[in-house]
Amino acid sequence: MTSAPTHTRGQPRPGGGFSSWLDRNIRWVFPLPTLIVLFALTILPLVFNLILSTQERSVSDALPSSFVGLGNFTQAFSDPRFWNATWLMMKFTLIAVPAQMLLGLGLAVLLNRHMRAQGLVRAAVLLPMISTPVAVALIWALMMDPNLGVLNYFLQTLGLERSLWLADPALVIPALALVDVWQWTPLVALILLAGLQTMPDDPFEAARIDGASSWQAFRYITWPLLQPALFAALTIRLIDALKTFDIIEVMTQGGPGSASETLNVYAYHTGFEFLRVGYTAALLTLLLVVVAAVAIGVNLLRRRV
Amino acid sequence: MKARASARSSLVPNLLLLLAIVVLLFPFVWMIMMSLKSQVQNTAAVPVWVFTPTWENYRNVIERNNFLQYTKNSMIVALAATMIGMVLGLPAAYSIARFKQRGLSLWILISRIIPYITFLLPLFLLFTRLRLVGSFTALIVSHLIITLPLIVWITIAFFEDIPTDLEEAALVDGSSRAGAFVRIILPLVTPGVVTAGILAMIFSWNQFLFSLILGGPNTKTVPVAVFNFLSYGSQDYGAIAAAAVLITLPIILLSLTVQKYIVKGLTAGGVKG
Repeated sequence: MTSAPTHTRGQPRPGGGFSSWLDRNIRWVFPLPTLIVLFALTILPLVFNLILSTQERSVSDALPSSFVGLGNFTQAFSDPRFWNATWLMMKFTLIAVPAQMLLGLGLAVLLNRHMRAQGLVRAAVLLPMISTPVAVALIWALMMDPNLGVLNYFLQTLGLERSLWLADPALVIPALALVDVWQWTPLVALILLAGLQTMPDDPFEAARIDGASSWQAFRYITWPLLQPALFAALTIRLIDALKTFDIIEVMTQGGPGSASETLNVYAYHTGFEFLRVGYTAALLTLLLVVVAAVAIGVNLLRRRV
Repeated sequence: MKARASARSSLVPNLLLLLAIVVLLFPFVWMIMMSLKSQVQNTAAVPVWVFTPTWENYRNVIERNNFLQYTKNSMIVALAATMIGMVLGLPAAYSIARFKQRGLSLWILISRIIPYITFLLPLFLLFTRLRLVGSFTALIVSHLIITLPLIVWITIAFFEDIPTDLEEAALVDGSSRAGAFVRIILPLVTPGVVTAGILAMIFSWNQFLFSLILGGPNTKTVPVAVFNFLSYGSQDYGAIAAAAVLITLPIILLSLTVQKYIVKGLTAGGVKG
């Protein structure tokens, strides 16, 4: 890098040396600051986290840290709370994501029409996903209150049994998944709507002339053309559902007992309540492996289809 | 694909859509109603639907809980993280769009896939060592993990839409590339910049985990303040609802201003806090 931009090399340009130097090197000068910052904020911490996962150490520097190799990992594999947390993370994802994909597809089809009150519809669809997760968690916790919550009032009005919602160990994960479905079905719908709106008209015209039913048109034209959007939505939602933290921590803090303690929440508790840094780093590494495996898996599936 | 539905056949879809909208909006309506009811009305066995609104809950939250201070903290962090994200990210996004550089996408992907808490644990240890935990610096730097990839990701699409002739004309007229970027290109992507900026601010505002761990008494952000207020065993339902309304209100107002572009931004980035 030339530090004194006083003399120019090559063909001179108005604006002087630094300006022409910048012109020639703009291709990497422009992205460089972002690369450096993202490297420092993502890659370095990631490497540091891997190193931490091989250590037995506490947040406090007063206690000595020691190298334990894969000890934290073998400890995790024999930790029932780790397996419980992994299972709950999967359960939450397997309930929430298929439901929001299905409902999102339905909502996208409903939205893919000319209609009045576009503004209201758009606002209604946007609000859940831009809302602060903590606020979402608070309001749903109030609505799911076993005694005073309005959801139990609705259940009763419909002639159904009242539910304990978050207080019931068997129901807490489905209840939390319901909040996730409410918040993120709109995103799935928007991604699929974008896919629907960029579809060409010709195949549908041809199908209509050939006398295809609307189900056949959907099954043989819309569905295949919608695959890229479906996989984009599925990837985003799978990754994010596995990582869900705010909603769960605010609504249940992993409880009752450890009935909603997903891996993310368990790692948070071991790390920032019990300050077991090395073990937490190992848990996070395992979480990362799962998320990465799912992301790669969905992409392999996309290529197959 | 254009919709071609006759008035009669659209009755069922319209009803279904109406149902979906009611379900999506009900929690907000209920939250606002609870925030305007008295404690007695909020704890009634049968929900009270008609009532005289009271501002008592808002007064309680704002006066008793230092809410305005926390709002100010949140705004400082969101604004700073967004501004720095813009200064760093816009040239990067332009470069990626213009020179087809895909190297950066790798990092954006990484920041998208990896659970935030994985970055947070090392950052927490580092900031502890540097005695920065509780400072605005720690919060703003950590929030760059959210704002910077989001801004780059969203604006790439907008930069790609700008025809190259315009800047080439400027270069022929003797402008430098950086000059053309600032004077010609940036003004043309204003909608993209505004969309990215507002989404970055929203996601920074919504961020809970970084602020929870790295914030201190003087830098506490609104989501954390409200969480603490709740976990101290508050049974004051109206106040909780009022707090939820007060967190949500600024981002609703903000998002309404870019409503036209926000769908493009959200689906391009597909990023959540």
